[in-house]
Amino acid sequence: MERLSAGFPLTKSLGWAVVVFLVLPITVVVPVSLTDQRFLSLPREHLSLQYYVKLFTSEAWLSSIGQSLVIAVAATALAVVAGTLAAIGCWRVNTRATEAVRVLMLVPLIVPTIVYALGIYRLWIALGMLDSYTGVILAHGVTAIPYVVITVSTALANFDARLEQAARNLGASVGQALSRVILPNILPGVVSGAIFAFIHSWDELVIVLFIASRTIFTLPRRIWDGINENVDPTMAAVAVVLILVTLALLALDLAFLRRERG
Amino acid sequence: MSRTGAVAALPRPLHRRLGTLGVYWLFILPAVLLLASFYFYPLFGVLWVSVAEPKPGLGNYALLSSAAVERVLLTTARISAVTTAVTIVLGYAVAYALVHLSPRARRWMFLGVLLPLWISVLARAFAWLTLLRSEGVVNQLLQALGLIQEPLHLMWNELGITIGMVHYMLPYAILPLYANMRGIDARLLAAARGLGATRLQAFARVFLPLSLPGIVGAGVLVFIFSLGFFVTPAILGGNRILMIAQYISIQILDLVRWGLGAMMATVLMAAVLTLMALLARIVDFRRLFGAH
Repeated sequence: MERLSAGFPLTKSLGWAVVVFLVLPITVVVPVSLTDQRFLSLPREHLSLQYYVKLFTSEAWLSSIGQSLVIAVAATALAVVAGTLAAIGCWRVNTRATEAVRVLMLVPLIVPTIVYALGIYRLWIALGMLDSYTGVILAHGVTAIPYVVITVSTALANFDARLEQAARNLGASVGQALSRVILPNILPGVVSGAIFAFIHSWDELVIVLFIASRTIFTLPRRIWDGINENVDPTMAAVAVVLILVTLALLALDLAFLRRERG
Repeated sequence: MSRTGAVAALPRPLHRRLGTLGVYWLFILPAVLLLASFYFYPLFGVLWVSVAEPKPGLGNYALLSSAAVERVLLTTARISAVTTAVTIVLGYAVAYALVHLSPRARRWMFLGVLLPLWISVLARAFAWLTLLRSEGVVNQLLQALGLIQEPLHLMWNELGITIGMVHYMLPYAILPLYANMRGIDARLLAAARGLGATRLQAFARVFLPLSLPGIVGAGVLVFIFSLGFFVTPAILGGNRILMIAQYISIQILDLVRWGLGAMMATVLMAAVLTLMALLARIVDFRRLFGAH
């Protein structure tokens, strides 16, 4: 991009100040998680790993982490398969009808989650699917479809449609064209979509508050309960772990995109 | 489903029967079926309950004028409006800096903007809780420095909610603002300067008007997200200040008043979709969503 004239000198500092406001408050959980105190505060005398020990030896926290992982992986698989196929279908058919379908598939990003949570709560009551893995996986998977549709559609926009036609003319079946030509070319979009879908489910609280109770106790729900009942520094250790997981996933995404671009 | 079953039973390959495009329509089917049964159908259920329970009619909507509901709506509108205004001003500064930075510095600033976007909303709300509590880090530091005697009330009030929400919404404002500003032709500013405008005049008369679509787009987006926000207001506001999402959850989960809860949810959804439709007429959506 062409650079605009220098701009105002102060605006750059102001911009950086806002970015510091964005990043710095999040980092406060790191020292707090290492506190030697019994309550939520900065360390006084020395650093201590006691709350990480507490976290990783607590059956409740570990089981929540495990449940969240299982649910997020399954929901991601569902969203990636359905979302990728739908994005490819819309891209290839490309009529006004598919354009409308694509817009409808983005609706879950706009409608507030609380509204959907009421609806799915009611449906699961009627179907007897409250507090089940299937119920939570379906709800998370369906609401993650838009992320996959967006990232895969973006990848397809840069993919030359004639390659698919050439493959088909040379005798490839639809399945071969898909697996040998289309998918390898849009893989970065699929991977990004998968990572976003995973993070969506892994962090999701509002739906789970409604459709889960005793059996399903995901990590966000355990954190929510902790915040509302007794805030202790273990929560800070959990927050640090959450942040590290997200950072690792994003680094993976970046590394993947970079490798694909060569 | 029966139709595809019949097709599969035939000896000829699927794509011959349906035509290539027909096969690609089948690609769309799973997502459409999933969304129709497990997203849109339950969503319509909410609309239905709002006029069907506890008894059929618009009785629930009459409650909109009750004092409690009115207070919730006003609180939600006020907090969302303040959040939007603050977010746009701060976000504008960041987007403006982004277009003026060297590519290298821009990458770093972008990283700072995008990282928080993907970090758990719970982790972020918890971080603010650690900072803003009356015995929290900010108050401890200020007291240790001797700047204050009594702890400041930084949360359990609208101030705390607004701080947390602005922090959450900023990336959502910065991205569309930046996408818009990047499209502004630098030569227009050079021309204005060349014709004798001061820097401030060139900004106020050329740059600012050209960035207006970005401001409107980002503003509506942040306002929409703020209206239905649950986690941050619930954690930083406690039970004293109720925004609509938390109010709905209390109606359903604690009081089991489905009619009222569903009515409020319908109102919230209607407000969000109306604003989105208005926005769609002003701004090109592809630029708001897809592009960055």
